[in-house]
Order: sequence, then C-alpha cells, then structure tokens
Amino acid sequence: MSNIGNNDGGCDQHRNVDILPLALWTLGWLASTVLLRYGTEYIWDYLPIYSIIALILHLLFGAAMIVVNIKYLSQLDELQRKITMDAMGITLGVGLIAGIAYEQLEDIKLIAFEPSISHLIMIMAITYVVSILIGNRKYK
Amino acid sequence: MKNRLKVLRAERDWTQADLANALTVSRQTANAIEKGKFDPSLPLAFKIARLFNLTVEDIFIDEEKI
Repeated sequence: MSNIGNNDGGCDQHRNVDILPLALWTLGWLASTVLLRYGTEYIWDYLPIYSIIALILHLLFGAAMIVVNIKYLSQLDELQRKITMDAMGITLGVGLIAGIAYEQLEDIKLIAFEPSISHLIMIMAITYVVSILIGNRKYK
Repeated sequence: MKNRLKVLRAERDWTQADLANALTVSRQTANAIEKGKFDPSLPLAFKIARLFNLTVEDIFIDEEKI
C-alpha cells in the first residue's frame, strides 16, 4: 500500500513523538535540585545571594519542565494520552493518600524518624511507572 | 465497541502500520481500536470513516442496538 489517507489531507506520516526535550528538561530540573541542595552546603557556604539564584534557577527549570510536559502530552495520540493521564491521576491519588498517611505516622508514634518528601517522590515515581506499564499492557 | 476495521483493512491489503500511518496514530492505538479495546473519539471515528469512504455506522457497531 502506498498512498492511503489522501482523502484526509495526505496524513500518511507515522506519529512521531519526541520525548527527548522532556527527558533533557527533566534532567536539567534534577541537576538544579542537586545544585540547590548541595551547592548551598558545599560550594557557596549558605551565601544568600547564590542560594536565591539557585532557587530561581530551580523554579525556572521546573516551570520549563511543566511546559515541555504539556507539549509532550499534546503530541500523543488519544490512546497514549489516555494511558498517560490515567497514570498521572493514579499517581496523584496515591501521592495524596500515601503522603497524608505517611505524614501521620510520626505524629501517631508508629515511626521514630521524621517522614521525608523523597520517600513520597519515590512512591509516586514507582506508581507512575507501574501505571504506565499496566495501561500499555491493557491496550496491547 | 465492535467494528469492521480488520475486514476493511484486509480488503485493501493494508497492514496495521499502514492504517496507523494514515490515521496519524500509533500502531498500538490502531490495534486497540481494531480489537475493540479502545473506542476512538468522534473526530478519529470520522477520520476512519473518511479513510474508507464509509459512514461511521458502517464501520462501528452499536452493540446496544443489537
């Protein structure tokens, strides 16, 4: 078959979703997080001006990552978007429920240490990846 | 929702990749629609109908009417 789809404006290109910009901006955001956290302690010794610059940089990278993520979602076809949005919804729910429960653990003396946000982020990341895998398997 | 996509595609000797290309969707999406695992949006259903020069009702079967 050579030329199907001509009656619809010649749309015979395969869908091409470019994930590289999202990956790069996410890496950039992670790097800015590391800089903010450890640069303060090991590079500029808590000098406020550098900390403020690092914080602004971190927020700018975060904002750019959100914009690139929205653009990435718009490139997906409707099934891919459904799988991604479902995974995001589940991740948000798990994050909220697990986050609040986890935060209570110290208050009700079930754990002796202070709950860390990094644990919640790990749970959310795992939930997202598993949800994406299940979604893809469901519509395989 | 059941549909006649597999038959229509076979009549034209198109692969799923050909269909996906023509609809500008991923092969996963073309496959899921064909198998009835995923119902396309109205715009995509009309696009499919235009591709085969048929109506939406000729391709997709309203199971509640059966």
